[in-house]
Amino acid sequence: MNALAPHLPVLAVVVALATAPLTFLLRERGLAWAATFAASACSLAIAVRLAAHVREHGAISYALGGWPAPYGIELVVDPFSALLLVIVAGASTLALAVSRQGLGREVPAERQHLLYTAWLLALAGLSGIVVAGDAFNIFVFLEISSLATYILVAGGPRRQALPAVFKYLVVGTVGATFYLIGVGLIYMMTGTLNLADMEVRLRDVSDLRPVLAAAGFITVGLALKAAVFPLHTWLPNAYTYAPNAVTVFIAACATKVSLYALLRFDFTVFQGNLPGHIAQFAGFVVPLGILAVLVASVVATMEKNVKRLLAWSSVAQVGYILIGAGLASATGLTAAIVHMFNHALAKGALFVAVACLAMRVGDVTLAGLAGAGRRQPLTMAAFVVGALSLIGLPGTAGFVGKWYLVAAALELGPWGVLLVLPVLLGSVLAVVYTWRVIEAAYFRPAPADALPRGEAPAGMLAVLWLAALSNLWFGMQPAVPLDLAAGAAAVLLEVR
Amino acid sequence: MQILGYYNYWVFAVLLMIGLYAVMSRPNLIKKLLGMAIFQAAVFLLYITMDKVEGGTAPILRAGVADEIYSNPVPQVLILTAIVVGIATLALGLAIVVRIHEEYGTIEEDEIRRQDRE
Repeated sequence: MNALAPHLPVLAVVVALATAPLTFLLRERGLAWAATFAASACSLAIAVRLAAHVREHGAISYALGGWPAPYGIELVVDPFSALLLVIVAGASTLALAVSRQGLGREVPAERQHLLYTAWLLALAGLSGIVVAGDAFNIFVFLEISSLATYILVAGGPRRQALPAVFKYLVVGTVGATFYLIGVGLIYMMTGTLNLADMEVRLRDVSDLRPVLAAAGFITVGLALKAAVFPLHTWLPNAYTYAPNAVTVFIAACATKVSLYALLRFDFTVFQGNLPGHIAQFAGFVVPLGILAVLVASVVATMEKNVKRLLAWSSVAQVGYILIGAGLASATGLTAAIVHMFNHALAKGALFVAVACLAMRVGDVTLAGLAGAGRRQPLTMAAFVVGALSLIGLPGTAGFVGKWYLVAAALELGPWGVLLVLPVLLGSVLAVVYTWRVIEAAYFRPAPADALPRGEAPAGMLAVLWLAALSNLWFGMQPAVPLDLAAGAAAVLLEVR
Repeated sequence: MQILGYYNYWVFAVLLMIGLYAVMSRPNLIKKLLGMAIFQAAVFLLYITMDKVEGGTAPILRAGVADEIYSNPVPQVLILTAIVVGIATLALGLAIVVRIHEEYGTIEEDEIRRQDRE
């Protein structure tokens, strides 16, 4: 085991990547699931080990194949990437635990091994983006994860999944191509693709106009992938029509990984090299973040389909992360990054609850949920815990990020109050839209032909409660994610 | 002269806009994908243009020639990868269009939206 320890950064990607063809060959549904789950759990163990190591000893730089950077490909694991790695592998493992029983209703048994192959590729791609220290590798991993995610979403049981995926594919490709143009422009000016090297070499570039164009292309391209309002149009339908287990996975981590790449570029590469870049960045993302919080939350209060309601809420949560990042202070970035983790916990739990509800009612609409509080009391109770965390009630994980966000806004002085308002308003709206689900489940009379009382399979319930309780645990004991987030903020703000 | 000297970059910008316009304005899904392919091809041109060195050849070491001028091979390798990614995306997009045609009997966006509303 100790011989493998120095190679953990690359193993975080390779384990999933190498298992993907295996699941394709296994064919049998149960075996394919077992292999996928084993690979994902292994990735999670690696991610946790890396996070512990980074927290204690600082960032790790890994030269792939022994070729030193900037000529070779460098993998970097610092607090930011370690935290994201835990989110990605954790979300995947949680969602896979649900999928064993949950997927059967939505995807025919003979096609499930194909879905698991795509799943592993998505996991490898997302992990790859997070550990890559090189702009072009980020592009390649971005496309690996995107192509695999399109396949996962297209596996949805309803035909509406297909136009949703088509839109996602076109928008996603335009975003990735924008990113590629930006990377090309920077390569023209610096002759390097390594992010750390790029930062250093950009200092000697006298004509900054191509770099400014590159910053625009990269920021907008990644914002498309991260569903930054108003570039979020692909997200609600893709989340709604994907199989439930897939929604758990992608809703918990896909947009966050793109946000990760966005922050890496804007803070590491451009911050010190483009005069006034961070002010421009803040001027771009903070208004969009506020709009996202307000508009998406209002839309969520009007949705009838629970999955779509939660998808709109995800658009709003991206808004909180952007507001925190736009403040560009240590507290603001800590808030943004810790909210990535906490939102993944809350949304993960909520979508697992949806998957459990769907085991009984099929399509999870507000009308279909009438009486669900009595029919599936354990599931609905866990949903309430997830909803409280999403709202940001003290004692739940969601509170930590919002508390830091408000603190960061107030650091700005009296004007900061203007930023606190949308944050609080967004939380109030979150109360409204989650209440609609709770009201339907507990207070609406069940129809006469209602299903008898009965829960989802015990395995799924166990996963659901694990997710719900972790929301409470990280609400009471937020030290570890906060430490990593504060470390990540320090890495991003540092100008060498 | 300045404008003509940047001929390739002008073509890049024009192709990019043609592709993006087609993606946004055409309701036909196949035409959208064609627009997307043009959009990506424009970026291939950008990368291939930037590596060109006047009078440069392929970067191959020859015995006895120490200071050969050669074009930068890195962008060519990069764009080869991007071309592969582009092909994969286009293939997946076309496969989805085939499935959409099977399910909806049409590949016009308006018609699909109308059927979904019903």
